Amino acid sequence: MTTYYTTDHEWIEVSGDTGTVGITDYAQGQLGDITFVELPQPGASLGKGDAPCVVDSVKAASDVYTPVSGTVSDVNDALAEAPELVNTDAEKGGWLFRIALADPAELASLMDRAAYDAYVAGL
Amino acid sequence: MSDAYKSDSNEVANDDDAPVEPLALPLDGWHRARGGRMVDFAGYWMPVQYEGIIAEHTWTREHAGLFDVSHMGQLTVTGEGAVEALEALLPADIAALKPGRQRYSLLLDEQGGILDDLMVTNRGDDFYLVVNGAMKWDDIGHLREFLPDEITLNHLDEQALLALQGPEAAAVLAGLVPGAAELKFMHAAVLDWNGVALGVSRSGYTGEDGFEISVPGEAAEALAEALCADERVKPIGLGARDSLRLEAGLPLYGHDLSEETDPVSAGLAFAISKRRRAEGGFMGADAVLAALADGTPLVRVGLALEGRQAAREGAAVFAGEAEAGRVTSGGFSPSLGHPIAMAYVDAAHSAAGTVLSIDVRGKRLAASVVPMPFVPHRYHR
Repeated sequence: MTTYYTTDHEWIEVSGDTGTVGITDYAQGQLGDITFVELPQPGASLGKGDAPCVVDSVKAASDVYTPVSGTVSDVNDALAEAPELVNTDAEKGGWLFRIALADPAELASLMDRAAYDAYVAGL
Repeated sequence: MSDAYKSDSNEVANDDDAPVEPLALPLDGWHRARGGRMVDFAGYWMPVQYEGIIAEHTWTREHAGLFDVSHMGQLTVTGEGAVEALEALLPADIAALKPGRQRYSLLLDEQGGILDDLMVTNRGDDFYLVVNGAMKWDDIGHLREFLPDEITLNHLDEQALLALQGPEAAAVLAGLVPGAAELKFMHAAVLDWNGVALGVSRSGYTGEDGFEISVPGEAAEALAEALCADERVKPIGLGARDSLRLEAGLPLYGHDLSEETDPVSAGLAFAISKRRRAEGGFMGADAVLAALADGTPLVRVGLALEGRQAAREGAAVFAGEAEAGRVTSGGFSPSLGHPIAMAYVDAAHSAAGTVLSIDVRGKRLAASVVPMPFVPHRYHR
């Protein structure tokens, strides 16, 4: 399994041709207390850069973009009752959706952990 | 993710396009040292949060929160005829405002539109006004234009302003400042704190009991430090200030109030005193008195939303399929555990219990009209 990161602070953990997507711990810290997460419908077809999720914090609503294109295969239903999981466990239990990758070559444009950490350090 | 979270933009856009570096207020370093996340707000660096908005919100409802609101404008009006001069601009009964008493009032334009909302206090030697930070320069311009020459307007720009709010605020402040606990809601006094004169009023913007404290800028850090040395007090950011005032049903200028809104549709008719209704004679009186007599097409209401998704400023409100109004502020209520909003809706759909819906990103969220405040006020009357 390899995890990739975007400049918009999403992560995608890829296993075979399926990716699990969430927002980074840095992003949840910037958003603050998360009170609601809107998730896509399983089966939805996403193009790279689409915004299938909305993360609502006390302060504002923010779009979450998909790092790659593909078809939504699963969503994290636990977030309906416990959206704060995105705060407490952003990069694991607070995952948002799973996607069947349409084009694994798209991953090449994403960052690895070291590159993402350097990117955040420069913000 | 979208970058909505990166910073809170200026409440009011600059007239020119050049970005202006925000100014530092007296407690700037104190906030940073305590881990406050600083954002540009109304042209100043202000803390939006410390440990988190919900934790700070809850702390204020249960204990005491310290807010820095030094960005707000503190003004004094003095001179022969100050009462009449203020009454020409404000719909409040200034003549009946006794020394040591405070009122909520409004600056109105000729059409009855709201230029700003404010607090006015008779301090005996002067009338002391607290106006919104984002509006203070416009307010000063308006006052200078319309106050007679013999009236003096002072901008107390070297004073900081702190607010201590919450059920434990009175006990905390009484321990430092003798006389504070004797004040009642909307009363004010100058009180001594170790030789520093504090302008203290029992008022605030959270719905809780509490105080606003005008303190010389050079003494602000020592006072904040002394207050936070009490374990019942934590510093609170602007984020929780907004969620607290929303629950308290208190409108926010620039969002729930503007030049396009009038006191009657805004639900602020209480700020137009009985004598002023009878006599008029304040800027905007013709329009405001007509609105009082005839009602207004739109009314500010509170909305309680079903589910957990919040509706924000600008969201359209529907009665069935017909557009019936617009949300002016909204968010998740930490105290109630569901989203709430303020909206201007057609008067026909403004009765408590009316079921409406709100368009949020193409989805219709169910909402019903509820009385405000959403969370009961706990003022010390």
